[in-house]
Amino acid sequence: MAAMIWRIEVALKNEIRDARGDRVQRELAHHFGIAVERVRTIDVYTVEADLDRDQIERIASEPLSDPVIQVFGVNRPLASDFDVLVEVGFRPGVTDNVGRTAREAIEDLTGRRLAPGEGVYTAVQYLFKGKLSPEQARRIATGYLANELIQSCRVIPRAEYDAIQGAPVLVPKVTSSVEPRITLVDLEVDDAGLLEISRRNMLALSLEEMRAIRGYGRRPEVRGARRQVGLGEQLTDAELEALAQTWSEHCKHKIFAARIDYRDETGASRIIDSLFKSYVVATTETVRRLKGADDICLSVFKDNAGVIRFNDDWSLVFKVETHNSPSALDPYGGALTGIVGVNRDAFGTGQGADLLFNTDVFCFASPFHQQELPARLLHPRRIFEGVVTGVEHGGNKSGIPTVNGSLVFHPRFLGKPLVYCGTGALMPAVVNGRPGHEKKARVGDRIVMTGGRIGKDGIHGATFSSEELHEGSPVTAVQIGDPITQKRMFDFLLVARDRGLYHSITDNGAGGLSSSVGEMAEDTGGFELHLDRCPLKYSGLQPWEILISEAQERMTLAVAPEKVGEFLTLAAEMGVEATDLGEFTASGYFHCLYRGRTVTYLSMEFLHQGLPQLQLEACWQPPAVTEPAVVSPQDLTGSLLGLLGRLNICSKESVVRRYDHEVKAATVVKPLLGVDDDGPSDAAVLRPLPDSFEGVVVAHGICPRFSDLDAYAMAANAVDEALRNFVAVGGDIDHVAGLDNFCWCDPIHSDRNPDGRYKLAQLVRANEALYDCCTRYQVPLISGKDSMKNDYQIGATRISIPPTILFSVIGKIPDIRKAVTMDVKYPGDGVALLGRTRRELGGSEYYDLLGVSGGAPPRVDADYGRRLFKVLNQARDEALLASCHDLSDGGLGVALAESALAGGYGLEIDLSQGGSGERLPDDVLLFSESAGRFVVTVRAPYRNRFADLCRELDLWWLGEVTDDRRFQIRGGDGKLCVATDIDTLKEAWQAPLKEL
Amino acid sequence: MSKPVRAIVITGHGVNCEKEMAHACRLAGADAADIVHMAELLAGRVRLRDYQLLNFPGGFLDGDDLGSAKAGVNRLRYAAVAGGENLLAQIRSFVGDGKLVIGVCNGFQLLVKMGLLPALHGDYGRQSVTLTCNERGRFEDRWVWLRVDPDSPCIFTRGLQRLYLPVRHGEGKFVAQSGAVLAALEAKRLGVLKYCLPENDLPTLDYPWNPNGSEAAIAGICDESGRVFGLMPHPEAYQHRTHHPRWSREPELPEEGMGLWLFRNAVEYIRRERL
Repeated sequence: MAAMIWRIEVALKNEIRDARGDRVQRELAHHFGIAVERVRTIDVYTVEADLDRDQIERIASEPLSDPVIQVFGVNRPLASDFDVLVEVGFRPGVTDNVGRTAREAIEDLTGRRLAPGEGVYTAVQYLFKGKLSPEQARRIATGYLANELIQSCRVIPRAEYDAIQGAPVLVPKVTSSVEPRITLVDLEVDDAGLLEISRRNMLALSLEEMRAIRGYGRRPEVRGARRQVGLGEQLTDAELEALAQTWSEHCKHKIFAARIDYRDETGASRIIDSLFKSYVVATTETVRRLKGADDICLSVFKDNAGVIRFNDDWSLVFKVETHNSPSALDPYGGALTGIVGVNRDAFGTGQGADLLFNTDVFCFASPFHQQELPARLLHPRRIFEGVVTGVEHGGNKSGIPTVNGSLVFHPRFLGKPLVYCGTGALMPAVVNGRPGHEKKARVGDRIVMTGGRIGKDGIHGATFSSEELHEGSPVTAVQIGDPITQKRMFDFLLVARDRGLYHSITDNGAGGLSSSVGEMAEDTGGFELHLDRCPLKYSGLQPWEILISEAQERMTLAVAPEKVGEFLTLAAEMGVEATDLGEFTASGYFHCLYRGRTVTYLSMEFLHQGLPQLQLEACWQPPAVTEPAVVSPQDLTGSLLGLLGRLNICSKESVVRRYDHEVKAATVVKPLLGVDDDGPSDAAVLRPLPDSFEGVVVAHGICPRFSDLDAYAMAANAVDEALRNFVAVGGDIDHVAGLDNFCWCDPIHSDRNPDGRYKLAQLVRANEALYDCCTRYQVPLISGKDSMKNDYQIGATRISIPPTILFSVIGKIPDIRKAVTMDVKYPGDGVALLGRTRRELGGSEYYDLLGVSGGAPPRVDADYGRRLFKVLNQARDEALLASCHDLSDGGLGVALAESALAGGYGLEIDLSQGGSGERLPDDVLLFSESAGRFVVTVRAPYRNRFADLCRELDLWWLGEVTDDRRFQIRGGDGKLCVATDIDTLKEAWQAPLKEL
Repeated sequence: MSKPVRAIVITGHGVNCEKEMAHACRLAGADAADIVHMAELLAGRVRLRDYQLLNFPGGFLDGDDLGSAKAGVNRLRYAAVAGGENLLAQIRSFVGDGKLVIGVCNGFQLLVKMGLLPALHGDYGRQSVTLTCNERGRFEDRWVWLRVDPDSPCIFTRGLQRLYLPVRHGEGKFVAQSGAVLAALEAKRLGVLKYCLPENDLPTLDYPWNPNGSEAAIAGICDESGRVFGLMPHPEAYQHRTHHPRWSREPELPEEGMGLWLFRNAVEYIRRERL
């Protein structure tokens, strides 16, 4: 029997300002040019439960409304004084966090758990007053208020609302009557048939892979073993799905593991047997050998995140992930899931780590994009807002400070936004008598899953198509993270870790249980998992769906049988669900059962080793690049102001302030700096232990603008930029590790992708750069990830992102009190440029501003750079620097402007005196983006000492910090080429992305 | 020997500033500062009566999903405590015993919505003010100047004039139920902390100095006894000079952060009054 349905509406009292509605009104005016008189909002809770009117009134009046500012109505509509109403709710099965909290509140209040079939569903009503046509309202509803992939929205004009007396009640409940069953798949078909099976089931397996699986099924010993457990010769749907997950590009990194036939521009050819081993792993091995006893690596490439040494008692964990495709579909949910997902990676490293900070780097097309959008793409402004809000909710609600990040813009990110989310964590060096970074499941350990429940979320990730949706069918591709369920789980697991209640832990991410249990079971050599014991969000899941669902907020643990009772009791007490699902065995098999019947019985050896290596071709042909003819104008003031207002350079304060960057009271160099707390910090410094002054430094580099000229330069500059930022604030160049996150466009040649060989060659060159730079800088790589299919193709339109590496670094500063910030501090200080400037304007912001292309991208001289970094470390120890700022986008001119406007003092710069080497035109000097450079300011007493330290490097005293607000630069001819003031500079820099 | 000063810091269900809150209590001189998960209280293993300073730290209780701290208040009121009265009753007894309570940010929202603040006329059960969405409709992290009312009964702010602390919230706009409530607050000098202009200490309604549009510029209030205190800014976030956003350019900043002063006042009061 269906339970009673109640509809509770909660509205602000008339005299209370509606901040949510006001923001909608402002954004409509600003983004759509639609002026309405007023926007008000109402929260809607639809409660399907056996509750009486008294109970519902109490629920509405206590947890669901605030008596000071709100009113509520039970089965009574509250909307009044509006012309059009839009109600936005979730589609069935989509994570509804507010609904989940309301449900818990009802359970607390009534003292009983809601029964299966009972539930709470939330929606928001937007009430528009003013002239708004039905078409406009629909456009606002679907193009701004709701994402129809995950939400449903109804536009109700006033007359209709009055006629039906309120919005009709909707219960977005998942309804399903399917019975669990196991489907067998006949692989004894021809090649076309195999490919069809892969395509139809969204397995993304190639012909070679399908053949390998068919070959496995034909082995006599496999057939014999299957008979023993009651399985026939044909593989089950669950087996095929488990193989597809384990062998996916996402999990196995097939392109990075491929055998590549690489031909360079001279026609010379060579074989690269795995980019990952030849460059990434080789970098780390080389660096560790070079550093010998000073090696800082503790756990690299094998766990969910990399681990390095911090001090004798603590280790540092760092991981960066991407969540691009989900963010393209649902920017909010995709990004939220990205950040809470990478939190689990860092948490589930070793025996478990305490989360310390988040970092975010987003790559978008311009939010001011004017041209028509290709089909199915969201406007970059929606992606921007959704992603920023998703990460805001994920980070802030998890209580993790967001300390570092970037917003990067390029027109081709229209095809796919890049959403990089990183998390650092602190791990005890020793946990329960074992190194904290080591874990091992043991034979006989129980498989315990904890955290959220399993639903159809994230099955087959982004391949789902919305046409298959019907009323009552859950959305499967998009997931929405639930930071509070995860926070509760982490609170519980830290207690469990410290009580020694488990042997091993890992995250449920891509591939769900199939991956998490499958990977952990490599320790023991097998497992037995009972899928019917898994807690589900709703009924109607097939066994294979339970196995591979990517439902969020779940960790898998190996718990000794004698500890299971204590583990489960602690979980229940702390309000966290945990379930014993089976056992780690030494059987050699990936063995899943459903109600006692075997649904998978795959050899662990085949699952993990049976994947055939991909064979690929790469062909490098450098693009023909010529130096464009640019005549430097005498007055470069306009150019400088223009550069400061470019999206890649301008202030990101409106975004930064939305992130809590100092919760945990550990952040000591914050993202916003200077006299008015609005200057751009180069990197973050944290003090993770309140009883020590040792610090953690976090920074990154990202340079997609160079990849069309040369992916080698793109990668090398990303490494250099990250290390410059790191060293600028005082990070120790001998105690730093790197993480490489590759986002590429499809590098596999095919008819649809005719330049695949070139894109693969770009990938090879980027790897070469990574190896060359990191080995010279002696920076080990400890973790990384690749996302290889960042293309958009619908019909004839193909948009491929510029190949992009995010290079993130984590390291140490011996004493946080020695940290250096980028803002100028004292009038009279000397201003100096450290490093070599060359005519390297290819891919620069300046050329882009001028609308010219070509030119040489910056070349990185890592041997020189390392010497320079060592000098800056020495200067830090001797406290010689008042400020230090890295030169990147916009070069010297922009760096000088930023340091000045952040510090609140003017500068008097003269480029006609001093300097060494080739005499360059003023615009080249000011706007070239040559790597390995810094602007420093130095107090008078320290100038000689600093100059002495830099005697073997290029140090150029450019001028002085002044006691006024004028900003003046004399060019090579001694005449003023920039004459303005820091207020004008700041205004230009802050204008583009100012908060509404 | 004086009795040890014991502080309890409540955590769980989305609280996230518990560690720095406990550390602030220790730095301020508390002999013990225990971080206690709500589950421990509900299991009856830890009792509030064993402490003298009760801390509700910042965070996102239940994700702020029903409005900040709403589900948290509901839990305190209804969740069963093994072998004892519910937590709301325990908290009222704690206040009745003359002990000290501080709520920061989400903890302040919790105190207000459970009726513990401002509790005009000693009515520790009826909500009469609230904290709601910032006027600009956004979460914000920024440092603010606060003027302390020297004539307030607040124990925590005794002897203080001015504070500089970060706010980090999306729902910090102070709203009173009526003009009468606001007038009573002002008359009784319960509006302890006001957002003010940096240059002259004058309370302000203007953004960004008043970051959320709070009525009467109120950033923190106390009850009439002065022993229950709540504030949106985070005192536990300013313990050391390197927490100050401009420490690298203001060498004259004292080593100790201003936020600790509030906790020190509390600890000294407890010692003095032998609570």
